[in-house]
Amino acid sequence: MNENTFKKRKLQTTVFFIAIIAVSFFSASMTDFNLIDGILTIPSAFIWMGENLIITADTLSKLPNIMEKLIETIFMSIAATTTAAILSFFLGVAGSKTTAVNGVLSAFARLIASFARNIPVVAWALILLLSFGQNSMTGFLALFVGTVGFLTRAFIESIDEAGISAFEALTATGATYFQIVAKAVIPQCLPQMISWILFMIETNIRSATLVGILTGTGIGYAFDLYYKMLDYQAVALVTLLIVVAVIMIELLSNHVRKVIL
Amino acid sequence: MSLLDVRGLNKSYQTDAKVLKDIHFTAETGEFLSIIGPSGAGKSTLLRCLNRLVEADDGEVIFDGQDLRQLKKKQLREARTNIGMVFQHYNLVPRLTVIENVLHGRFGYKSTFQGVLARFSEEEKERAFYLLEKLGIEAHAYKRCDQLSGGQQQRVGICRALIQDPKLILCDEPIASLDPHSSKIIMDYLKSISEEMGITCIVNLHQVEVAQSYSDRIIGLNDGSIVFDGSNLQLDQIYLKRVYGMSTRELITV
Repeated sequence: MNENTFKKRKLQTTVFFIAIIAVSFFSASMTDFNLIDGILTIPSAFIWMGENLIITADTLSKLPNIMEKLIETIFMSIAATTTAAILSFFLGVAGSKTTAVNGVLSAFARLIASFARNIPVVAWALILLLSFGQNSMTGFLALFVGTVGFLTRAFIESIDEAGISAFEALTATGATYFQIVAKAVIPQCLPQMISWILFMIETNIRSATLVGILTGTGIGYAFDLYYKMLDYQAVALVTLLIVVAVIMIELLSNHVRKVIL
Repeated sequence: MSLLDVRGLNKSYQTDAKVLKDIHFTAETGEFLSIIGPSGAGKSTLLRCLNRLVEADDGEVIFDGQDLRQLKKKQLREARTNIGMVFQHYNLVPRLTVIENVLHGRFGYKSTFQGVLARFSEEEKERAFYLLEKLGIEAHAYKRCDQLSGGQQQRVGICRALIQDPKLILCDEPIASLDPHSSKIIMDYLKSISEEMGITCIVNLHQVEVAQSYSDRIIGLNDGSIVFDGSNLQLDQIYLKRVYGMSTRELITV
């Protein structure tokens, strides 16, 4: 490495940053986005929030109703995640290089995973809405499909990461495929898989709110309802409860992770 | 008749590069056989072709009277129960306990169902503890394998191979990741296995002097061909040069 290499590196970095700045300005001008105007509206936005998003004693009377919706949402997220995890497990085993039975099945599993994953959950909800209508089944399926996509991918990586070594050793002892998967692959990957499932439950509670707005179920429906009734105090309460629920689930799953890993 | 008779084994991963070229050799019951050779000579591939972790292109592997390469899935499984294997990186399940890993060696004798439910008989468990005691690691039986040192993990690997009740143990560089002291312990165990239990050991080794002091016979592999096959006493400078392409004075031998 000589002086010229350094000069070249420096030049590359400079050009790269200038390019990023140029692209930012170009994008802003194309979309009529003005940073200064945007920043100037922030104070008034906060003032509006401060005036309207106040939780009053009156609002608290709606708490039982909102709680019921919230719990419905949480349980739907958990149900969607755990059922998706079962399917993802089989797809993951089929898709991983270590445990692949044959190439076709492996490619098929990976295809399903990437297809399900690359379409946003909201898009799934809208598509499924057409065939299943506005009910909790639609929300469940939308979360289910998105979760299968993500978890399959995560499980494939977990199994791949655990490596082929124990699989190879047990093959050499004359063990059958299912013995090896059950007794070598699963014990090694299980903590990581559970960790991913917990992560997905958290994510799905957040997504469920959005999906609920579209499918008219759960906490999303409550949010939408109060929002359209211009009952902003209730909207504030719903938002707060979602935040609290997500944080609590996160703390809980962090604790579980610490214990199992 | 020999326990193992390998005839005309060929293997190539890519069409133009042959990893094994027309390998012929035999191994007797209770024999301690070392395979030496430079990295990339095909030692690991040769060992894996014997129990068909790697499929050879052609040739015969006659083990205990039957050609392993002709066997169907179920028969191969049965044959593999008679062939233990020990690996450089131990290839245990790190999150499981020592005793669980040892009992994995019994899966070949069980139905899928029995294996998945981990149904082991009292005799099998007693045998597992007996072997752990024999290799001096019974105190660690309930520890997770990832808490053990390399030498201890390799002893677990040997226990897993022994509980299969094998006639042959294949060792793929069993001491390449170990310190000199642990290496000696492992080699001593392998030697006693072949002498006391009459189990044939085929051991891939990097260390020429280790091979010379432990083996009944040594096979030298270079670029996929056997360039030496004889007793450790016959392995002199001329042959070593053939195996490694240079003389021992130029090699670090310990």
